[in-house]
Amino acid sequence: MVRIGDAPGVRRTLIGIALALTALFLLLPLVAIFAQALASGLDVYWQNLSDDYTLAAIGLTLLVTLLTVPVNLVFGVFLAWLVTRFSFPGRRLLQTLIDIPFAVSPVVAGLVYLLLYGRNGWLGGWLDAYDIQIMFAWPGIVLATIFVTCPFVARELIPLMQSQGAREEEAAVTLGASGWTIFRRVTLPKIRHALLYGVILTNARAVGEFGAVSVVAGAIRGQTNTLPLQVEQLYQDYNTVGAFTSASLLAMLALLTLAAKAVLEWRAARREIAT
Amino acid sequence: MNWDMNWRAAPRNVFLATALSATALSSLPAQAQDDEPREMLNASYDIARELFAAVNPKFIAWWEAEHDETVAVNQSHGGSSTQARSIMQGLRADVVTFNQVTDVNVLADAGLVAEDWQDQYPNNASPYYSTTAFLVRKGNPQNIESWDDLTRDDVSLIFPNPKTSGNGRYTYLAAWAYADQAFDGDEEQIESYMKQFLGNVEVFDTGGRGATTTFVERDIGDVLITFESEVNNIRQEYGEEDYEVVVPPVSILAEFPVAVVDEYAERNGNDDLAHGYLDYLYTPEAQRLLADFNYRVNDEEVAADNSDRFPETELLRVEDVFGGWPEAMETHFASGGELDQLQRR
Repeated sequence: MVRIGDAPGVRRTLIGIALALTALFLLLPLVAIFAQALASGLDVYWQNLSDDYTLAAIGLTLLVTLLTVPVNLVFGVFLAWLVTRFSFPGRRLLQTLIDIPFAVSPVVAGLVYLLLYGRNGWLGGWLDAYDIQIMFAWPGIVLATIFVTCPFVARELIPLMQSQGAREEEAAVTLGASGWTIFRRVTLPKIRHALLYGVILTNARAVGEFGAVSVVAGAIRGQTNTLPLQVEQLYQDYNTVGAFTSASLLAMLALLTLAAKAVLEWRAARREIAT
Repeated sequence: MNWDMNWRAAPRNVFLATALSATALSSLPAQAQDDEPREMLNASYDIARELFAAVNPKFIAWWEAEHDETVAVNQSHGGSSTQARSIMQGLRADVVTFNQVTDVNVLADAGLVAEDWQDQYPNNASPYYSTTAFLVRKGNPQNIESWDDLTRDDVSLIFPNPKTSGNGRYTYLAAWAYADQAFDGDEEQIESYMKQFLGNVEVFDTGGRGATTTFVERDIGDVLITFESEVNNIRQEYGEEDYEVVVPPVSILAEFPVAVVDEYAERNGNDDLAHGYLDYLYTPEAQRLLADFNYRVNDEEVAADNSDRFPETELLRVEDVFGGWPEAMETHFASGGELDQLQRR
């Protein structure tokens, strides 16, 4: 049987188009970032990188990511477990609510947080009375980032856990396993890959989030500027090389994330063959 | 609770932990400081980053010499309306250094800044000022000299949208003030001038930097209209030979108002520091620095030394021509106001 696309000409054309588009839309911009960052030589690149404000931006970005990823990891697993393993009234609604951060523009998300925690906000007045500052300080940035990235883990897990069904867990229950043991010995091994992928996406977005963070950060240099905000500010300062230097860091982080994912997948595949 | 201390140490520690583990980064300077200096925050407008990056170290040295205390000044920059809004929502700036009087008024209305803030410092609390000027391409091929040249059919203009940009509002008001003077207040003639003026605009960018990009990098338009200070910066940045500055004989006075945000300065324990910061901006040393950044200053000696860089021009005040900012905003820039009508007709 000959299927469409089997003819060598068609196949080659399709592969060619795919490769050309990938190069044009994905590879070229990546190369451009590094080309711009290194345009004035390695010394200038290093100088820009060791700029106090850039270092502070790197530090803040790492802090935000280190706080966001674990929170959303736990939250996402918990949510997926709840939605796929139990049936309760409002389950469907909960599943829809998870998607709110995807449906809402990040800028709106930031504004909503301002509305809640800002000085004139619902909770803001109370917080202000106790002199607790959430907005325009790192806690606000963390909150906004958590909001924007919270669906990734759950969204990766839910379809998988739904298709896997609860049969194995039910078997474990009949054998007398406790909830925690079931999760650790039965569920977790099955969802490891999807979980990993969710964490990687969460991580990537947490590092790169711009819109929501820019609303709640207040743009204090060296204090509330994350890397993406720093990139924009440097660019507006006519410091193109500096902006692309910071951008190249983000690009490198992205590449590292992808590499980490590839390595883990490769190791998992090998382990599967071994067993 | 003040997070400043926590976070200052926290991300740096996080960063250092990560950095130290990577040999490539381990040579970066570690800035562990045991006693953190007192910090203050200056919330400012977008294009003042380079300016205050130069002012702050000198202020810190000045404060140390006067008070024997090392302090740190943090900067936050953004559109000055955005900044005012952020401060109202809890951005704890000790001082504001804005480019729009209206944005400080907003803070005064909210009770964060004293009602009489304009009387607290000399020259309407504006330590430096500027005006609206033109940037034309090499050799001034169309021989642009003043506002009446800008309404010719063969001239196309670039300036930011007065609806979204304070910079653009100054340009609009400057053109109106010129026409008001030229046509002796004849409304029909002023409106017909303004219609032609607005009709010659090639691109309305949302902000000053965007307009600069359009003019310089996209090479669109014959005349870029923006602050004199910015016009000179652009020339220095993009090539002295490729562009020429034209300062029209009549233009508008653009004030750069400063104020202490009393509410936060008191709470931060920075009352003295905040006032000291604004005082410093009026010292001859700071005035000289401001002049280096192409702003006009009131210090007589500094002004005299820089007179060749700032051509003499008649500067009209918004208060005198339009009856003040609130009136100008209401009449010209509000929805359905004069600007909307001019663009519709």
